[in-house]
Amino acid sequence: MLWLEHVSKTFNTGTINERKALIDAELHIAPGEFVTVIGGNGAGKSTILNAIAGTWPIDEGAIILDGVNVTGLPEYKRAPYIGRVFQDPKMGTAADMQIEENLALARRRGQRRGLRWGVTKAEREEYREKLAILRLGLEDRMTTKVGLLSGGQRQAITLLMAVLMRPKLLLLDEHTAALDPATAAKVLETTDHLVQENNLTTLMITHNMKDAIEHGNRLIMMNEGRIIYDVAGEEKQKLTREDLLQKFSDIL
Amino acid sequence: MTNILCAISLGNLVTRLPGGISQGLIWGLMALGVFITFRILDVADLSVDGSFATGGAVVVMLSIAGLPCWLATILALVSGLLAGLVTGLLHAKLGIPAILAGILTQFALYSVNLRIMGMSSNRSLNPSQYKLVISMRNIPKAILIGVIISAVIIAILYWYFGTEQGSAVRATGTNNEMSLALGINTPNIKILGLVLSNGLVALAGALMAQYQGFADINMGRGSIVIGLAAIIIGEILCDAIFKKGCNFAIRLSFVVVGGIIYYIVMVIILWLRLDPNDLKLFTALIVTIFLAIPYLKGKTKNSFGWAGKRSQKYAQAISNSFKKGV
Repeated sequence: MLWLEHVSKTFNTGTINERKALIDAELHIAPGEFVTVIGGNGAGKSTILNAIAGTWPIDEGAIILDGVNVTGLPEYKRAPYIGRVFQDPKMGTAADMQIEENLALARRRGQRRGLRWGVTKAEREEYREKLAILRLGLEDRMTTKVGLLSGGQRQAITLLMAVLMRPKLLLLDEHTAALDPATAAKVLETTDHLVQENNLTTLMITHNMKDAIEHGNRLIMMNEGRIIYDVAGEEKQKLTREDLLQKFSDIL
Repeated sequence: MTNILCAISLGNLVTRLPGGISQGLIWGLMALGVFITFRILDVADLSVDGSFATGGAVVVMLSIAGLPCWLATILALVSGLLAGLVTGLLHAKLGIPAILAGILTQFALYSVNLRIMGMSSNRSLNPSQYKLVISMRNIPKAILIGVIISAVIIAILYWYFGTEQGSAVRATGTNNEMSLALGINTPNIKILGLVLSNGLVALAGALMAQYQGFADINMGRGSIVIGLAAIIIGEILCDAIFKKGCNFAIRLSFVVVGGIIYYIVMVIILWLRLDPNDLKLFTALIVTIFLAIPYLKGKTKNSFGWAGKRSQKYAQAISNSFKKGV
């Protein structure tokens, strides 16, 4: 599904602030895998997600998504394949637009946007059903501007927008980090539900080791731009918080 | 702008009001163009000062060349689209900040407009020789035509910003990052917005040139300020009347209403026999006041000064208890 071959990225090349954010990263993800990504600050977690999403071009290597070499495509051209949820709840939705308008924008991900109506009647029914899954009562507030909602509600909508067109790959960049523990748990639960229901290949960054262990079926740990630990299957299921802490202290 | 107002014959206020309304309608149409960039795309586009005059220059020269005025007006609109395209390309393809891109286009358009007008800074269009779309010779008719054109443009804008493409423009203005992640080509969308905006502005310029019977190299000077004034006056009125319940169509309509009110204020200022040379100063003052009001309103509700004053009784109680040795 997703192949990262010898991917490298250096920021501020040739200056005193030069930082090798990704060094020869290799990662092969099979269809349906749900990978959690952990690592300290500056380990390269967000960098690897941004490299895949196409926020900027990489310096070296290749990124192949579902057989397509996307390395040379800008972010908006990769968008048809990729659903994305950011850390900041404000980043994933358009505050000045209604809930249904936001969903309608997501529904046209990767399609030509012409002069047909931005939201159709048939879609509204579909959105009502999808919003009901979130159990936040948003299905009755579809014309509310998203800016009036709480961070948790906005993040739940972003999640729905990300999976609406069943992307080949779902990228979650610490998408619960800005939420209170109860809301974070709810959003994670919804994440699991949506990922399973749509059988989505997923990469999820988290700072919470418990979440990293409990969610997904594969875990990778990053440090200084390299992937230093990779477990899947049964081994991942047996993994404990102590094991991870040990791994962290081994680095230091 | 000053010479336009001077052209209004001096009579009493009532006889001058209809003229103010018809001019206000044309400026309101211009303000709709500014609304697309300033409010929807969240970009301050200064090229409008140039493209307004371009619209005027094109309509006058093409009419003189023998084209029907309505066709010349449409071609003037097209010239505005091209002006917007230049600003858009400078901004989105060459990475020049929007404000600077607008200033560059406006600066360049001065020469272009002079070229269009055959190196003359002023070209007249005799209303008795041409079948003008709109003219100050017949003010009631001018108002009627202004209202019809505004209504048509508002209807088109309302429809357009409800379409997939229009939604993409709005999304880009609200959240660029999200739009990219949803596969919207935001640089191209910004170009599109600037193109549409300047097209409308040039259309307004073309109507103004016909209305006043001439095109002038300086006729667009200060357009951006007048546009902002119209938008802000319209928004404040809209909020006051509809109590935050303004839908998009009403908001657009009130931009035009804002343009009319702005011009009525100008007529009143002139009627008070204030020096027309001071009009730009008044305009700047009005815009400053209306831009500052929402900010200051928020400040008074939420100021450190007041919080400090409110805290005094608590702070006093603490220091008293210290004195008592509690």
